[in-house]
Amino acid sequence: MTANLTDPTNQGRPLLLQGNEAMVEGALYAGCRFFAGYPITPATEISEVMSWRLPAVGGTFIQMEDEIASMGAVIGASLAGGKAMTATSGPGFSLMQENLGFACIAEVPCVIVNVMRGGPSTGLPTHVSQGDVQQARWGTHGDHPIIVLAAATTRECFDLTVKAFNLSEKYRTPVILLADEVVGHTREKIVLPPAGTIEVVERIRPTMPPEWYIPYEDNLRGVPPMGIFGDGYRYHVTGLTHDVRGFPTERPDEIVPFMDRLFRKINQHFADIQMVVEDLTEDAEVLVLAYGSVARSAKRAVREARARGVKAGLLQLITLWPFPRGLLEPHLRRVKAVLVPELNRGQISREVKRVNQGMTRIDTLNRIDGRLITPAEILDRLVRM
Amino acid sequence: MKRYEIRLAGSGGQGLILAGIILAEAAGVHDGKFVCQTQSYGPEARGGASKAEVVISDEEIDYPQVIKPDLLLCMNQRSCEAYAFDLKPDGLMVVDDSFVHDTLTTLAVPLPFTKIAREEVGREQTANIVALGALAVLSGVVSLASLKTAVLARIPPGTGELNEKALDAGIAAAGRYLEEKAGKSQ
Repeated sequence: MTANLTDPTNQGRPLLLQGNEAMVEGALYAGCRFFAGYPITPATEISEVMSWRLPAVGGTFIQMEDEIASMGAVIGASLAGGKAMTATSGPGFSLMQENLGFACIAEVPCVIVNVMRGGPSTGLPTHVSQGDVQQARWGTHGDHPIIVLAAATTRECFDLTVKAFNLSEKYRTPVILLADEVVGHTREKIVLPPAGTIEVVERIRPTMPPEWYIPYEDNLRGVPPMGIFGDGYRYHVTGLTHDVRGFPTERPDEIVPFMDRLFRKINQHFADIQMVVEDLTEDAEVLVLAYGSVARSAKRAVREARARGVKAGLLQLITLWPFPRGLLEPHLRRVKAVLVPELNRGQISREVKRVNQGMTRIDTLNRIDGRLITPAEILDRLVRM
Repeated sequence: MKRYEIRLAGSGGQGLILAGIILAEAAGVHDGKFVCQTQSYGPEARGGASKAEVVISDEEIDYPQVIKPDLLLCMNQRSCEAYAFDLKPDGLMVVDDSFVHDTLTTLAVPLPFTKIAREEVGREQTANIVALGALAVLSGVVSLASLKTAVLARIPPGTGELNEKALDAGIAAAGRYLEEKAGKSQ
């Protein structure tokens, strides 16, 4: 199925691409030159297309023995200076969690795509789900900040992959991009943007003499410049809690500032990290809050509700974590009710309720049978709210 | 065209997902419409129910799946039973009567795609392409030129002639059906 897939001559021409294929193109656009992974439905096309697209641009593709090793290889590639990515689905995502935590504590930029399918375990390999939203937040152990984005369309798959790389390089953190079976497999027409039209961010590298380099020293942004292997800035990389020089520490006066900085580098940049799409929300009396493929059903339902005289609006979450509380609260103060449709038993609605604090009514609509929530199901609830 | 919904259904291995991709590419890339192509299939490599859907519109498409098909292709009896009654009231239903013996409605268009692929084209696997040719003629949803370009871009190398033959056979079969129908109504 590779007949019309993109070569450079296809730039500017409309293509029919799957979400999965668009993520590959987004990664290459962002400068990704390393992919390690293990194929799994419904994310397989990402590995498949990477396996021939990457070598063509001088990059490296490795099919690893499993997802634990895939994540390890990605971390190594990033420490060596490359932009690196892996892609998987539920079972593989579970295996990646330990090394994902290593990337958090060692502050290694990388992008992990999870095309969600029904779970737990082998579950429903070919069917859609949004069951990994909380796992993306808390799958790896220990207190840690993480950035998680969710795509709904083929175009968003492209744009958010670029964005995921930008955020990961800017904040030296793993970024998880959540898609789902519908998003990953839906083919849509897309015109790939020419090089130079979308911002691509590079990590900040140290410029001082190597002997002055203190690898984990705090600064205003909370993000230390990153030396890469082989460029003379030698430092120690460990999964142990470390001091500013990268060596293990058990001293409270070093542990606390380190952990505080890990959180601060994300928390003080919410305005840059947290993204939502507002659709007909300005005068909305009932709000649908959705993300991923469900946002597409909601978009249609909101229009159908308006045609029936119900003032509905859609708030589509692009950033799931850190949860965009500040962007949601003004709506909670204003609307009569909020409906949160999800392909799980309420992994984001519980967050909405936490933020809501009784300001308005929160309704849920959950589907866990491997099928997408339809516009009719949402409409039916909207007209009765 | 506001929103036109197509469902291609049958069993795994009949090439329905490829047919859906080709149809979407013809309408989207070559005819310039907005398109969404989705699919549903089981974990088996072949056999099991398989379904491809294509939504075509002049506007950006929100919900990517079919709500109520305007055009329904059933390549086996089971899919016919599962989806026949989803069809829009003025929708078009086409069945492969090599496999579908009970169409459930007199409005269905029966054409023997698999038989044509086997006997006229010489390879049974081209039944999906035969069906595409017929669907284009019967529904007019894609131009024949775009469809041909899309078919040739998505098939395995070296099978161009064979697939062109299959497409032409499908176009001809639909043409014969329309002529017969016109003859009857006179």
